[in-house]
Amino acid sequence: MALLELTEAGLYCPAGDFHIDPWQPTPRAVITHAHADHARPGCGSYLAAAPGILILRVRLGPDASIQSLPYGETVALDRVRLSLHPAGHILGSAQVRLESDGEVWVVSGDYKRQHDATCSAFEPVRCHTFVTESTFGLPIYRWPNPDEVFSDINSWWRDNQEAGRTSILLGYTLGKAQRLLAGVDASLGPIYVHGAVERINEAYRQAGVSLPSTPIASDQPRRTPWDKALIVAPPSVVGSPWLRKFGDLSMAMASGWMQIRGTRRRQAVDRGFVLSDHADWPGLLQTIHETGAERVLVTHGYSAALARYLGGQGLSAEVLPTRFEGERLETSRDTVEE
Amino acid sequence: MKLFAELYQALDATTKTKEKLRALVSYFQQSPPQDAAWAVFFLLGRRPRLALSWPKLRAWACKAAAIPDWLFDECYHAVGDLAETIALVLPEHRSTDVEPLHHWIETQLLSLAKLDDSGQREVLEQAWAGLNQMERFVWNKLITGAFRVGVSHQLVTRALAQVANLPAGVVAHRLMGHWQPTAAFYQSLIEPETADTALSRPFPFFLAHPLEDPVESLGDVALWQAEWKWDGIRAQFIRRQGQVFLWSRGEELVTERFPEIAESALWLPDGTVLDGEILPWKDGHVLPFAQLQRRIGRKNLSARMLAAVPVVFLAFDILERTGEDVRAMPLHERRAWLEELIQAAHVDRLILAPKLTVGRTFLSDQTDKNVHPTSSASSWEELARLREESRARGVEGLMLKRLDSAYGVGRQRGAWWKWKINPFTMDAVLIYAQRGSGKRASIYTDYTFGVWDEGKLVPVAKAYSGLTDEEIRQVDRFVRQNSLEKFGPVRAVPPVHVFELAFEGIGFSTRHKSGVAVRFPRIARWRKDKKPEEADTLATLRKLIPDTPKGRELY
Repeated sequence: MALLELTEAGLYCPAGDFHIDPWQPTPRAVITHAHADHARPGCGSYLAAAPGILILRVRLGPDASIQSLPYGETVALDRVRLSLHPAGHILGSAQVRLESDGEVWVVSGDYKRQHDATCSAFEPVRCHTFVTESTFGLPIYRWPNPDEVFSDINSWWRDNQEAGRTSILLGYTLGKAQRLLAGVDASLGPIYVHGAVERINEAYRQAGVSLPSTPIASDQPRRTPWDKALIVAPPSVVGSPWLRKFGDLSMAMASGWMQIRGTRRRQAVDRGFVLSDHADWPGLLQTIHETGAERVLVTHGYSAALARYLGGQGLSAEVLPTRFEGERLETSRDTVEE
Repeated sequence: MKLFAELYQALDATTKTKEKLRALVSYFQQSPPQDAAWAVFFLLGRRPRLALSWPKLRAWACKAAAIPDWLFDECYHAVGDLAETIALVLPEHRSTDVEPLHHWIETQLLSLAKLDDSGQREVLEQAWAGLNQMERFVWNKLITGAFRVGVSHQLVTRALAQVANLPAGVVAHRLMGHWQPTAAFYQSLIEPETADTALSRPFPFFLAHPLEDPVESLGDVALWQAEWKWDGIRAQFIRRQGQVFLWSRGEELVTERFPEIAESALWLPDGTVLDGEILPWKDGHVLPFAQLQRRIGRKNLSARMLAAVPVVFLAFDILERTGEDVRAMPLHERRAWLEELIQAAHVDRLILAPKLTVGRTFLSDQTDKNVHPTSSASSWEELARLREESRARGVEGLMLKRLDSAYGVGRQRGAWWKWKINPFTMDAVLIYAQRGSGKRASIYTDYTFGVWDEGKLVPVAKAYSGLTDEEIRQVDRFVRQNSLEKFGPVRAVPPVHVFELAFEGIGFSTRHKSGVAVRFPRIARWRKDKKPEEADTLATLRKLIPDTPKGRELY
């Protein structure tokens, strides 16, 4: 029996009568993480992993009915036993484990295998059917060690300081921005953020994540000397008047897409740092292997390619067409999740 | 290779000229001359002959990366660049490379052409295994002959000039013509200035900027010389010490392709360098450029071809006179010398570019009346009217040159302007889209447009440029959400969006399904105000084709 079905509203679990990350309002929604393509407003009630509750609150507003579940604890929902396990994507991101009549499914949501100081590391969960993302599901995506990336970011910042240029580092507001703030060498100089980033920072700090002090750039007096500073902002500031006050600047973007030279150049930034909150190709293959799943359903991203490759490796793999956003680039002006 | 790969990375990482210059200078200062010579060679876009085919590279890369062919192709579509795809699919290594660039080129790359498949494969696999991702990418770029990085000829010249402490013009001159990338060449490039000039060496071409401001902004019309802008091959015609050289602007020696022009050099004095245009020319009229293309591709010119497409050298400037570099002299003086020289030579394959006499400075028309109908213009308006005749005359518009201008180096603003005629336009419907390559990989940026013919849209033009980034994103999203059918990488889309296309010329064609071909099509703007039914028809396009033998034989 299928534990999940694809309906108009999203992934539905008939045995437990709830949806996972539905894209239309439903009575009961289990949320893997707080990015906008996974956590949409309007549902009757929400269930999510405990560490991410405060962020979800920021996203869904004060009136949403949100319940939390600690990682690893099991609840029974009708004929289904459900538990949430760390996905390593952002703070509070979870894989959803479903068990009914001895059959186990895991929906991974978005996940990564690299170290991230701002969230719990991914835990492989054994299952029969594994639902995986495939945002970076091609062998061209192999991430460098994040320590090396941060050391590159630090030297870029230092070079800019010497040249008298403001360092603007672009990364998605929720998750990437905090990972950047926690990873850079805060002793190098003052760090400021865009207001949208600070709202999420506060939720992270309340949840116990340690971040450097990050005053909002636009609250600072006009004569602030910016040229020694690092400013973390969402990619949407590119081309906006918000950037004007910083004078001579160098702009960098941190994203998995920066792996491709053409993409990097198209964003018209000075530097691209390869840092992603999604699994790279080896990470996807390793994870699928570790779950022991005999059946893999591949969602958003290079789903057809990954499914075909897994098929060639003797696994039963199919594409599961969802409306999660895999192939978007970060600087398209829409909300893009990474 | 390490240093060169770092240079590539530094050049690629910035869009700022100043920083690119700094990276180049620092590279040239650190590199042994033999490496620097090869770097100059590749940075200027030259390439050695190569023997590696796409399928071979793909097959070996798949083996080395342990992935199936189809997955490699998926990767290629996402990346849009073969060299980069290979660099990325191979597992990452630490670099063990210590060899200088010239070693990689001379003992590895140049040996590839002499090796059989298995030998080539061995060289490549060893190279891939010893290089890190960036070095591998640069190496792949070199072996696929696709090495390109965003530096202009001028910037390389400036960097070398800075390293050598020489005027940029001297370095530019030394870089022209034939040379081999050797340590000796590099030394001669940066050595202090001497009087010697290599015999065959042309001067750097002086290029004009397109005129964007109203023509009146150029001030007094009497200070300017106007010429037609010809559609041929820009070239320098050199006669020194009894020898003849004809150089195209692409720095290709084309003397043997145009024997009739080379012969006419006998009537020029020694120590002469002329700048002009090679044009297909018959009965006192220019022929369409396409006619010239029939000749360019051929190694052996038949007598029949020589008779069918005769060529002339239309001279518009003199750069060296009786062995002396006269580029610094004002244009009006050079022009007088040029006229004198051409008249004295009196040979039918060497003609003077007619000058449109402007204002009252020159009362009499000085062009040769047998060669081309002459014109005079007393004001900018009059020039503008003459410019309207461009299409009928088979030229691209006007050139405006300051009478007091020196012959400069490269593309500089202010002294020379090209004032081209406004392009043709049509409203056409987007019918197919394809993903781009390079900078545009993985985004649908290459479009095919159709116009109406008997109730159906027939493809008439492909265009890649002209939209803003935001518009490209919108079209990309439309294509992704609305693909009707797939032909390989091509997506057919519903005929919804109308675009105004600009193009330079139009003619009948037997090679295109629509029966017409357009030249240099590009997107002028997105006509969101127009419905697809309002797009142009093939019949209206056909009416744009000039009703002359010229128009009929185009393309």
